[in-house]
Amino acid sequence: MSSHLPIVPIVLPMIAAPLCSLLRRPALIWPLTTGVGWLVFAACAALLMQVVESGPIVYTMANWDAPIGIEYRIDLLNAYILVLVSGIAAVVLLYAPQSAASELPQDRHHLFCAAFLLCLTGLLGITITGDAFNVYVFLEISSLASYALISVSRDPRALKAAYKYLIMGTIGATFILIAVGLMYMMTGTLNMADLAQRVKMVEDTRTILMAFAFLSIGIMLKIALFPMHAWLPNAYSYAPSLVTAFIAATSTKVSLYVFLRFVFTIFGAEYAFDTLGFNDVLLPLALLGIVVASAVAIYQTDLKRLLAYSSVAQIGYIVLGISMGTVTGLTAGLAHMFNHALMKGALFLAVGCIVLRLHSSRLEDMAGLGKRMPITSFAFVLGGLGLIGVPLTAGFISKWYLLLGTLELGWWPVTVLLLISSLLAVAYVWRFVEVAYFQPPPAEASSDEAPLSMQIPLWMLLATTLYFGLQTDVTAGLAQRAALWLLGGGQ
Amino acid sequence: MSDALGLYNYWIAIFLMMVGFYNVIASGNLVKKLIGLSIFQTSVFLLYITMGKVKDGTAPILGDGYDTFSNPLPHVLILTAIVVGIATTAVGLALVIRIQEHFGTIEEDELIAQEDSP
Amino acid sequence: MIHVVDMTLLAFLAIVAIAVTRMTNLFATSVLTGVYSLLMACIFTVLDAVDVAFTEAAVGAGISTVLFLATLSLTTQREKPQRSPNWKALCVALLTGGALVYGTFDMPHFGDPQAPVHQHVGPHYIGVSPTQIGVPNMVTSVLASYRGYDTLGETAVIFTACMAVLLLLQHEKRRDEQSTVEEKPDKEAMAHAMILRVQSKFFIPLILLFGLYVQFHGDFGPGGGFQAGVIFAAGIILYSLVNGLDKARQIIPPNVLHGLVAFGLLLYAGTGLASLFMDGNFLQYRALAEEATHGEHIGILLIELGVGITVATVMTSMFFSFSGRRRS
Repeated sequence: MSSHLPIVPIVLPMIAAPLCSLLRRPALIWPLTTGVGWLVFAACAALLMQVVESGPIVYTMANWDAPIGIEYRIDLLNAYILVLVSGIAAVVLLYAPQSAASELPQDRHHLFCAAFLLCLTGLLGITITGDAFNVYVFLEISSLASYALISVSRDPRALKAAYKYLIMGTIGATFILIAVGLMYMMTGTLNMADLAQRVKMVEDTRTILMAFAFLSIGIMLKIALFPMHAWLPNAYSYAPSLVTAFIAATSTKVSLYVFLRFVFTIFGAEYAFDTLGFNDVLLPLALLGIVVASAVAIYQTDLKRLLAYSSVAQIGYIVLGISMGTVTGLTAGLAHMFNHALMKGALFLAVGCIVLRLHSSRLEDMAGLGKRMPITSFAFVLGGLGLIGVPLTAGFISKWYLLLGTLELGWWPVTVLLLISSLLAVAYVWRFVEVAYFQPPPAEASSDEAPLSMQIPLWMLLATTLYFGLQTDVTAGLAQRAALWLLGGGQ
Repeated sequence: MSDALGLYNYWIAIFLMMVGFYNVIASGNLVKKLIGLSIFQTSVFLLYITMGKVKDGTAPILGDGYDTFSNPLPHVLILTAIVVGIATTAVGLALVIRIQEHFGTIEEDELIAQEDSP
Repeated sequence: MIHVVDMTLLAFLAIVAIAVTRMTNLFATSVLTGVYSLLMACIFTVLDAVDVAFTEAAVGAGISTVLFLATLSLTTQREKPQRSPNWKALCVALLTGGALVYGTFDMPHFGDPQAPVHQHVGPHYIGVSPTQIGVPNMVTSVLASYRGYDTLGETAVIFTACMAVLLLLQHEKRRDEQSTVEEKPDKEAMAHAMILRVQSKFFIPLILLFGLYVQFHGDFGPGGGFQAGVIFAAGIILYSLVNGLDKARQIIPPNVLHGLVAFGLLLYAGTGLASLFMDGNFLQYRALAEEATHGEHIGILLIELGVGITVATVMTSMFFSFSGRRRS
């Protein structure tokens, strides 16, 4: 059975989702969902180990060889993303029952679990597949599930946020559909490995150029790269906390993966960067995103919204790394994808703990929180230090590589801008510190920590970020190998 | 001229896509936006089906007397895409109904105005 | 001749699309969108895509129009008129369209047998599938077997949509309120309309029968689980339009409905898993029986049934959720 391991991460949650909708009773479905989450994580970890030891894994659906059929192709890059996504899902699911009990309507936990599992299926399905059209199908599974997950919030504004996300997300997906169609039209194939070879033969046609353009714009909408981020702040702010933690940590990262997969392994770095000069488009967008979103984050009055804008800025860092087109830059981008997912996941989980007790994520309600919820506040500050990029946190490693990358290329102004943006990050993290530690708690407030079942997952993620801040050879080492592999065209 | 004869199907598909796309971004009514989205997607289907057509071909079902068939693969892809389209429309409409129930309107400008004046 | 038909239909499509843009009556726009889908289905037929045409007609002109109208009955029938065209949006659309037209100039021409699409993977499906899978309809072979994994994903998409709609629209259970609502006759029902009632009595069995035919005849002609599911759902929707939602719900209780929604997807994935135990890969139906084509037959029958059940029940369940919501 071990040779069928690659299908476990997709098929297991896909089967568990209808089971959840049938079982209905919270006492049954939460253990089921959490158990599935951890099994999937174990399977993904096993896949990563197998890839590291013995190279890429290919699994053909129904045993039809690609390009006739659909295949999974698991290499270092997507195994890395699989572990990231499933790991975050597993941790968030430990946290979920308690958080869901307070933030979701009681009678639809079974539907919520089903949607959560489908979202996971979609995200992992996008990552694992080796077929361009299949990406579109699983992209829609994850997207539809996330619209639903966002909209179940008690805050009715989540409905508007989900609607906006639906419109922008569907435009993005339709652009991707157009691009896949154009690529298919010029090559006659949908398999990614096959496309990579055949696109080279027709890469000077105007049709392929447009396929590239539509693909990039479509995926950028999904990544929420500035200025196509309009759906993100509201969606993250109004969604239930555990949904925000999960989606913020995984969804944009998977879209970034799709971007890397198409740009580097199908079109090739040479075509994208040398022939088209695509980095000249990415670089200004990334820099603008970093500066503008960080600055906007400082002026937010809601903690979730503050973190959402910070996410837009952090996506800018990742894209900046990619736009350098060098091994160091790409390593920085990949490492930051991983580190940012862990840090943002942890931060949003901390916010979830706060919301559980305060029933609000507004900064003005958090006066004296350092005394009322000392452990959670401390966790938030630790996560915030990671966002700033303070040494000994995981955030430092990726920022360090980014700085190295800019120095290698002699991009002095960008180096300076990176340092300034770190100061902006200090400013927005300080907003929380100031309110929580330097303002007295309201008189009637009692100290009331979040329950252990939520504290433990939060600290699990935080501990991971601290661990990867010290143990750099796992993230940075793997990221560097993946970067070298990507720049070599994925051969 | 040969371009015009060989490509007009694509051009009209593109025109239709853009009519749909315009409706999505220009309309202020949430239902109308979804109508635009549905037209946008349906027109992309036309792009795919057009490329699958082969001259003098017939529907890809084996039968006596036919030996030239249009390519079945785009048909399969679009069958899947139609399902995705209706799924998206349904979820979008469900959201619209809830928005109407909570905010009493489905016009974008009125929704924004409500947000500004709490 | 084909060109003339094609051009005429395309011209109609363009006219309808522009009319949709200009009208502010949402009711009319929704119906026109249905017309748009129907015209599109005609073009698909001209372009040899009979399966797609079938689906587009059933979904675009059928289910999707019903859902739009149900939404309008709960919201508003008119959109606020806009004073002038939205220039910003117009520029974006023109730019995008211009870019796409620019991209067409290196495209293979319409119908060109030398196009890459007709060279690489396509001929394999056409040449080999009838003997390899043993099914005359190549669309069914590709859909259910060569790209069966995509179709599993498609079933999951429709299942996801159902979960999403239920999450959004399912009524919260309030035990105390339930009993106080007096049994009012369903005003929305049209049971008093004699002509409708008689006609529907005649049509509904035919529709359901046709659904079954499409379900099980998909190997040989256009059709399959998806189309059959939509047609079946259309029959149930017609019944509930005429006789009222409550009556329809008595016949198909929500528990059964939701059970079937899940069952269809489980049947599909389960068929895929069953082939693992017969030493095949996931979804490798030819491992299910001694003879490969026999295995394919069994597999395709089962997964098409899974698709049909899920699609029919999801569409019905969505319709129930939409029309069960009363105007507040």
